[in-house]
Amino acid sequence: MITVKNIYKQFDDFEVLKNINTQFEEGKINLIIGRSGSGKTVLLKCIIGLMKPTSGQILFDNRDFSIFSEKEQKKMKMEMGVVFQGAALFDSLTIQENVMFPLNMLTDQSLEEKLERINYCLQRVGLENTNHLYPSELSGGMKKRAAIARAIAAKPRYLFCDEPNSGLDPKTSIMIDELLFGITHEFNITTIINSHDLNTVITIGENIAYLQDGCLEWQGNKENVLTSDNQKLNSFIYAQPLTQKIREFIKQ
Amino acid sequence: MRLLLNALTLIGEYFMFLGKVFSVPERWKQFFKKTIDEMYSMGVGSLPIVIIVSIIMGAVVTIQTGLQIESSWIPKWTVGFTARTSIVMEFCPTILSLLLIGNMGSRITAEIGGMRVTEQIDALDAMGINSASFLVLPKIVALLIVNPILIVISMFLALLGGYLVALMGTVVAPYNYIDGITSFFRMYDLYYALIKTVVFAFVISSIASFYGYKIEGGALELGKASTQAVVTSSFLLLILNLIITQIML
Repeated sequence: MITVKNIYKQFDDFEVLKNINTQFEEGKINLIIGRSGSGKTVLLKCIIGLMKPTSGQILFDNRDFSIFSEKEQKKMKMEMGVVFQGAALFDSLTIQENVMFPLNMLTDQSLEEKLERINYCLQRVGLENTNHLYPSELSGGMKKRAAIARAIAAKPRYLFCDEPNSGLDPKTSIMIDELLFGITHEFNITTIINSHDLNTVITIGENIAYLQDGCLEWQGNKENVLTSDNQKLNSFIYAQPLTQKIREFIKQ
Repeated sequence: MRLLLNALTLIGEYFMFLGKVFSVPERWKQFFKKTIDEMYSMGVGSLPIVIIVSIIMGAVVTIQTGLQIESSWIPKWTVGFTARTSIVMEFCPTILSLLLIGNMGSRITAEIGGMRVTEQIDALDAMGINSASFLVLPKIVALLIVNPILIVISMFLALLGGYLVALMGTVVAPYNYIDGITSFFRMYDLYYALIKTVVFAFVISSIASFYGYKIEGGALELGKASTQAVVTSSFLLLILNLIITQIML
């Protein structure tokens, strides 16, 4: 479980996160949703350790990340897998080398063990036979799946995804959602996903935190996200004509 | 006042960056592999431009020197001697290094900056890897090794360029040229030149990496950073050239 306690983050005079308190549950898909600029990515980066919160605590299974020594933080990061918005694959390396990268850098496994793990991960994300291709030779969806394969290669306990289906067509988006849901439950990973994709929210959101202007405005799950009375949440969820129609349908 | 503060902040950031870069590599095998790859791409990649520029530069220096020394009181070998001294002590180490800033420096800034813009550096940091050390240290070490080799090659080629001019026979006779370039040779001149190339290599690689690493934003900032890296490196290189010359000569 990941606990976020009284997190504030400020850039110069601008307060991006304001007193965020929440918990992300173990073995579940935890979503952080909100409009662009609401502070989702900053919160995720604070949790991963890429940004330091101005104040507050982030606890991984009750262990305070902020007071860890550099060595402990490094050990902690070995338990994390991260999928970035643009996949962030190393473009000078092949897909096999990309997925093998964390194993090369973080483990002492033999080449055979590493190859076995890589092939399993690539097969798990449906990218068999892409080992020797370069990222530039893959489509957007394939890049995201390769990034997921890299993120799970070192068997992480925590998986973080920053808008994993942004820029993808609806079908590929659903495929990515299903993949993340499957992986989370198969390996009992604590997954946190930043998203503003409503399909993701209503299909895989087991624990949802809604951010607006840097404040946590609502927390719930996919069962009650569509029926909440929270005005701010509803203004986000029912912003599109299609979702407004769904709302009218639910009311009827 | 604000300008001075910005400059001091930048210098502070640069030294903090170097502090991150100079840490013990996490995986020596990866470090050596990356260093060899960088040496190959920097060395082989720069060779064509080094060959062309050096031969032409040597030829021009010899012609200009020959035209200035047209007196029966001055021995004929003076042309070769003067050309060699200029080529070894100044033209090859400084002019070639300035040229390599445009070639290698901007490439380093674009490469590291591109990785920053596409979150590849964040990906390394998220894995718990010291991205500055992992990406930059092999580049610095590679250029510290490759730059002196390139400059020595350049010296030979520039002297060859002068010899080709001598073969034409209009400025100086070939035997007088050979006599000149082999006369009064001091090893100290070569040491001085090589020390300069090592210092310049550090400036080129570290400044270019620094500007690439600290990029915030997108493609526009990448272009700006490349220009800033080239301008700052060139300026520093000339200042350091003056300082080293004052100290060593």
